[in-house]
Amino acid sequence: MTEAILKVEKLKKYYPIYGGVLHKTIGYVKAVDGVSFEVNQGETLALVGESGCGKSTTGRSILRLIEPTEGRIIFEGEDLVSLNDEQMRKRRRDLQIIFQDPFASLNPRHTVQRILEEPLIVHGIGDKNERKRKVVELLETVGLNKEQIKRYPHQFSGGQRQRIGIARALSVNPKLIVADEPVSALDVSIQSQVLNLMEDLQEKFGLTYIFISHDLSVVRHIASRVGVMYLGSLVELADKTELYDQPLHPYTQALLSAVPVPDPDFKRERIILSGDVPSPSNPPAGCKFHTRCRYKMDVCTKEVPDLVDVGNGHYIACHLHR
Amino acid sequence: MSQLEISNDNQVYVNTPNDPSPLLEVWRRLKKHKLAMLGGAIIISFIIIALFAPLLTSYPYDGAVLEDRFLPPLSEGHIFGTDDLGRDLFSRIVYGAQISLRVGFLAVVGSVIIGTILGLLAGYYGKWIDMLISRIFDIMLAFPSILLAIAIVTILGRSLTNALLAIAIVNIPTYGRLVRSKVLSLKEEEFVMAAKALGMKNRRIILHHLLPNSLTPVIVQGTLGIATAIIETAALGFLGLGAQPPTPEWGTMLADSKDYIQLAPWTVVLPGISIMLVVLGFNLFGDGLRDVLDPKMKQ
Repeated sequence: MTEAILKVEKLKKYYPIYGGVLHKTIGYVKAVDGVSFEVNQGETLALVGESGCGKSTTGRSILRLIEPTEGRIIFEGEDLVSLNDEQMRKRRRDLQIIFQDPFASLNPRHTVQRILEEPLIVHGIGDKNERKRKVVELLETVGLNKEQIKRYPHQFSGGQRQRIGIARALSVNPKLIVADEPVSALDVSIQSQVLNLMEDLQEKFGLTYIFISHDLSVVRHIASRVGVMYLGSLVELADKTELYDQPLHPYTQALLSAVPVPDPDFKRERIILSGDVPSPSNPPAGCKFHTRCRYKMDVCTKEVPDLVDVGNGHYIACHLHR
Repeated sequence: MSQLEISNDNQVYVNTPNDPSPLLEVWRRLKKHKLAMLGGAIIISFIIIALFAPLLTSYPYDGAVLEDRFLPPLSEGHIFGTDDLGRDLFSRIVYGAQISLRVGFLAVVGSVIIGTILGLLAGYYGKWIDMLISRIFDIMLAFPSILLAIAIVTILGRSLTNALLAIAIVNIPTYGRLVRSKVLSLKEEEFVMAAKALGMKNRRIILHHLLPNSLTPVIVQGTLGIATAIIETAALGFLGLGAQPPTPEWGTMLADSKDYIQLAPWTVVLPGISIMLVVLGFNLFGDGLRDVLDPKMKQ
């Protein structure tokens, strides 16, 4: 049994909604509503779901880039939520993030050299010469060459910028990287290059990834386990092969049936969900999916299903599987 | 037929072996902007005139020669003529350029520095700090700026220095709000979040990431602001609240000679034209800068 490097317990992030003349809190947007999972050392846990389901908020809350409203984030036995600002700042070396938009995630006024060197300065890694060597080394690690060191981000293509973003995340030798839709903004041909790079780096540095994506084909390629989120909650969490072969939750089934298959003769049942995702400020009572679920039972409208292990490390939150 | 350019991932910038620095890039594009260059030329001429004032003038700016009153322009030795006290108008206008440029520049530098600091703090920290700073700005902007300046000068006493101070104070909210709004949007940018994720301290994020990226609109606004500050200085001078005679401040000169507008129109027209030209120069240059710098630095 591999060891959990990160445990997320009952993580919640509520955004208050203000209203009225007195600017009072009249409700909450429940972006993340009690999510719990573990991430094992060296694996890639993918979080999937449609936009607005809270997967990015979950990722950013783990790094406390967004302060969680409630819950615990236990990284290597230490609860990150309990750390004060300075302790957290030092701890950030171990947890890094790769962003979705390679055009927004690099400071447009800094050269590549400065972008990659700054984290080293902040954490007091090496002297000037060592840092310079390390920057060149990082560039080469992600497949860029050292002639490009003096360039500005706008002089690179999207794929190259994403490599710089990855190099920056690697600069402080992190243990865990949250990859927030790292390839969604890239061309398909560049996507595979970046994904392969990420896999190589994982092997080389023993990294653990939390891979946030809405693209199930990409997830199938890179993930070891997959968690499916719907409206701020985790509805299913299982090994990749198990999840793709035997999805148990009705939402996962619908999601997987929507993945395009590059075979014109392939026929399968396409599950079409009716209606829209309910508003996270006023989620349905009981199981949040019951408004769109084709197996809806009485109990679904009343009780919130817990995420339970149905064997083989396959977790599911559904009244069908008791 | 138009030609199609095809570039792939690795060749995008192969054609520019020496990539210019952003500053050079701005200059290159500014050079093509004719009106901005005209504005720049006007500004530079006035700066040269101001710097070499002692060399350009043959009379002191405050030397009254009563028998030479109201000499018209192009009189012997007085190309701009003389005023009601027989002082050489050319000397007064040339020394006036020194005053206007210095006051305009210092007032803007003062309000930019304080406004930027307050804007950074309000935008980045938010909450009560933002509340406090923004409300102060709101209160200041509730007054017409010249009225507020008059009030400040009245409290501090009439002098050019106090007029400068008043103009600087009055303009702080302009820059403060500008920086604050820019910081508010930058704060949500992923590169600022990345900086935080990399464990940078607030001070570093503010100084290295937010400040450099919020300066562009401030530089544009500041250039235009010098024009406003020069006009405000002249206005305060005209009202007798700024520079006191015999200081050759253009606004003060206008006030002094307004009674002789029919007898000696040049004593009013020439300082007026000087104000207009300098203001035009800064406005043209500022507008050009805006065209070049906004919305994005890249082409």
